[in-house]
Amino acid sequence: MTTTLARFAAALGALLFAGSALAAGAELQLDKWPAERARNLAALQNGARLFSNYCIGCHSASLVRWNSLQQIGLDDRQIKDFLIPGNQKVGDTIKIAAAPAHQKAWFGKTPPDLSVITRARTSFDFAGTDYLYTLLRGYYRDASSPTGWNNVAYPNIGMPHIFWESQGLREATIEEIHAHRDPKTGHTGFLKTVTTFDEIGIATKSAPEPLAAGREGATHTFRPLDPAKARQFDADAADLVAFLAFITDPSAGTRVSIGVWVMIFLGLFTIVAWRLNAVYWKNIK
Amino acid sequence: MAEQKSQYTGLLGWVDERMPTLMSEYKKHLSEYYAPKNFNFWYIFGGLAITVLVIQIVTGIFLVMNYKPDANLAFASVEYIMRDVPGGWFIRYMHSTGASAFFVVVYLHMFRGLMYGSYRKPRELVWIFGCLIFLMLMAEAFFGYLLPWGQMSYWGAQVIVNLFGAIPLIGPDLAVFIRGDYVIGDATLNRFFAFHVIAIPLVLLGLVVAHILALHDVGSNNPDGVEIKKHKDAAGRPLDGIPFHPYYTVHDIFWLAIFLMLFFAVVFFAPEMGGYFLEWNNFIPADPLTTPNHIAPVWYFTPFYSILRATTEQFMIWLAVGTIGMAALMILSIRHAMARGAIAVATIVLLLGYFTLDPKFWGVVLMGVSVMIFFGLPWFDQSPARSMRYRPGWHFWLLIAWVVAFLWLGYLGTQSPTPAGTLVSQVLTLVYFGFFALMPWWSRMGTFKPVPDRITFTAH
Repeated sequence: MTTTLARFAAALGALLFAGSALAAGAELQLDKWPAERARNLAALQNGARLFSNYCIGCHSASLVRWNSLQQIGLDDRQIKDFLIPGNQKVGDTIKIAAAPAHQKAWFGKTPPDLSVITRARTSFDFAGTDYLYTLLRGYYRDASSPTGWNNVAYPNIGMPHIFWESQGLREATIEEIHAHRDPKTGHTGFLKTVTTFDEIGIATKSAPEPLAAGREGATHTFRPLDPAKARQFDADAADLVAFLAFITDPSAGTRVSIGVWVMIFLGLFTIVAWRLNAVYWKNIK
Repeated sequence: MAEQKSQYTGLLGWVDERMPTLMSEYKKHLSEYYAPKNFNFWYIFGGLAITVLVIQIVTGIFLVMNYKPDANLAFASVEYIMRDVPGGWFIRYMHSTGASAFFVVVYLHMFRGLMYGSYRKPRELVWIFGCLIFLMLMAEAFFGYLLPWGQMSYWGAQVIVNLFGAIPLIGPDLAVFIRGDYVIGDATLNRFFAFHVIAIPLVLLGLVVAHILALHDVGSNNPDGVEIKKHKDAAGRPLDGIPFHPYYTVHDIFWLAIFLMLFFAVVFFAPEMGGYFLEWNNFIPADPLTTPNHIAPVWYFTPFYSILRATTEQFMIWLAVGTIGMAALMILSIRHAMARGAIAVATIVLLLGYFTLDPKFWGVVLMGVSVMIFFGLPWFDQSPARSMRYRPGWHFWLLIAWVVAFLWLGYLGTQSPTPAGTLVSQVLTLVYFGFFALMPWWSRMGTFKPVPDRITFTAH
C-alpha cells in the first residue's frame, strides 16, 4: 500500500516538475556581473568612454540625452569634448548616422537601440546585466561563421567581436550534452560532445561520449593566450554593463535614496496613526 | 420661501442655510453612518481600493500631459516621462504599481465578501455593483496595458482581441471592428487610449458611487454576519454600531499608512517587482513582425488566462462529464417539470456545441464565465449562516481550496505551457467551477454553529 502510494506520489511529482526541469536544463549558464560597479563613478565613466568609442558606431540610444551623463559626474564640456562624436549637441539624444535598413543588410539584423537594454534583456530566468556581461565576454573565433566570430551567449550572433584587440585571442572549449535515443535499442540517454576552437577558430570535435545521466545544456571554458589582458577586459566589460544599466534606468540611484526617507517618514506616520487610533478606540466597550 | 435657520454658525451656518445637502450627506455617510464595531483586518481593503483609485486618477492625469497616443511615439514618450519630465519616473512608477496594487486590494476585498457572506440578502446590489467594478477594472487595466506600446502590450492585446475572433460567424469581423485594423495598430492604440482615460474611468467612478450608496442604504455586514440594525437604542442608533467618522477613519488611516509603506517600497525599491508589475519584454518596443517566445498577461489576469489555456480538445470530454453531472443534479433537485425539460434541452445543446465548435471558443466562454460567475454568488449560497465563523469548518477549507486553485492557476498562467502544467490547470479549472456550481448543494450541508444575536466584540 505504502509503496503504491509512494510510487503514485513520485509519478505525480515527476509529472509536475518534468516540464520545468526540462526548461531549466537547456538554460545558459551566465557569469555574474559585479553589481557594485553600478555605484562606482569611475567605473561608470569608464563605461561611458567605452560606450562612446565602441558602441555608438552601430547602436543608438535614442531615448537617452547626452547631458543625462551629468548624473555620473561629467560636466557638459567633458561630455562634448570627449564623448559626443560629430556635431551633436549635449541636449541631443544619442543617435547614430547609419540607416537601419543598411545595417540590416550588413549584419542580418538591425543592431538594437541600447536605451533600455539591460531591462529588455532581463527575464524570469536571468538578469539582463548578467546576460550582457556574459555576451560581451563570450566571443570566440569560429572560422565557419561569416564574421569569423561566434558567441556562447548568443550562438551565430551577427555582431562581430568589437573588443577583440582589448581581450586578446582565446581558445574555447564547448561541452554540449544532448538527450539521445538510440534508434536500434530504443534506450534513452545523453551524448556529450566536446568542441575545441583554437585561437584562429579551427574547430576540433570529439567523438560523442554516451552518458547514462545528465542534463541538457552547454558549458564553456576559455583559455586566453594573454591572461592579464583578458582580465583587464573583464573589468572593462563590467564597467560597460554598469553604464548600460545606468542609461536603462537613470533614476535608480535617486529613487533609492529618496525611498529611504519616504520609508522613515511613513514609519513615523504609522506610529502616530497607530496611537491616534488607540486613543479614539480606548473607550469603546 | 422662508429662510431655514441653520443649527450651525459662522461660515458653515451660511453654507448650510443655502445647501443643507452638504451636512446631511456628511452625516449620512460619515459622522452618522453606523458601522458595526467589530470590523477586523479584512475590512480595510474597500478604503484602500478608493485610495488606489485616487492615486491612479491623479498620476494618470499627469501622465496624459506627456504621453503621446501614437504608434510611432508612444514607447519613446513613456521613456521621455521616465527620463526628461521632472519627477516623471515617480508618477509613472506610482501608476504602474497602482495598477497591480488595485488588483491586490480588490482581490482581498472580494475574499472578505466570500468569507463573511457579505453578498447575502439584503446586500445583493452592493455585490453586483462590486462585480461590475471588477469587470470595469479589468477593462481599464487591459486598455491601459497597450499604451506603453512595448512587445507585451502589443502581443497581449493581439491575443485578447483575437479571442473575440473565436466567436462563431461574427468573430473575425468583430475582431477587426475592435482593433479598427487588421492588426493591432495606431487606430487600436488611439481608441484604447480614449477608453482608458475617459470612458472606463467615468463608468468606474459612477459604479463606485453606486456601490457605496447601496452599501450605506442597507448597512455594512461584519465578521459575525449578523444584522446590527436588529437592536437599536431609543434614538434609533444600532447598539453595536459606531459612527464611521471618526472611529473608522482613524482606524483606516493607520492601515493606510502601512499599505503606503508597502506600496512605496515597491515604487522606490522594486518598481518592476521582479517582472510581474512591469514585464521585461515590455521594454522592447512593439514589433508586429517579431512574436515573443512566451506571451503572458500581467499577473492579475493569469488565473483567467490559465482557464482559457486549459480548455483543450481533451478537456471538452471532462467538461461534458461535468455538464452532464451538473444537469443530473439540477434535474433531481428541481420539482418543476418544465424547468427539468428546459435543463435537459439546454444540456443537449451545450453537449452538441462542445463537440462541434472549436475548443478555443469554449475556452473563451469559460474564461468569460469564470469572471461572470461571481455575480451569481448571492443566489448560489444557500447556507443558513452568512459568516464562515458559524458555518461548518470544512466550508472554510473549501473556500481555501478554491483560493489555492485561483492562485495556482495564476501561477501556471505566468509560465510557458507544458503538458503537465496543462493537466494541472485542467484539474484546477474543475475545482474553480465546481466550487461555485455545487455551492447551492454544499452550502446547506454540515452542522452549523448557533449564530449569536449580537456581534462579538472585545475592546481594544
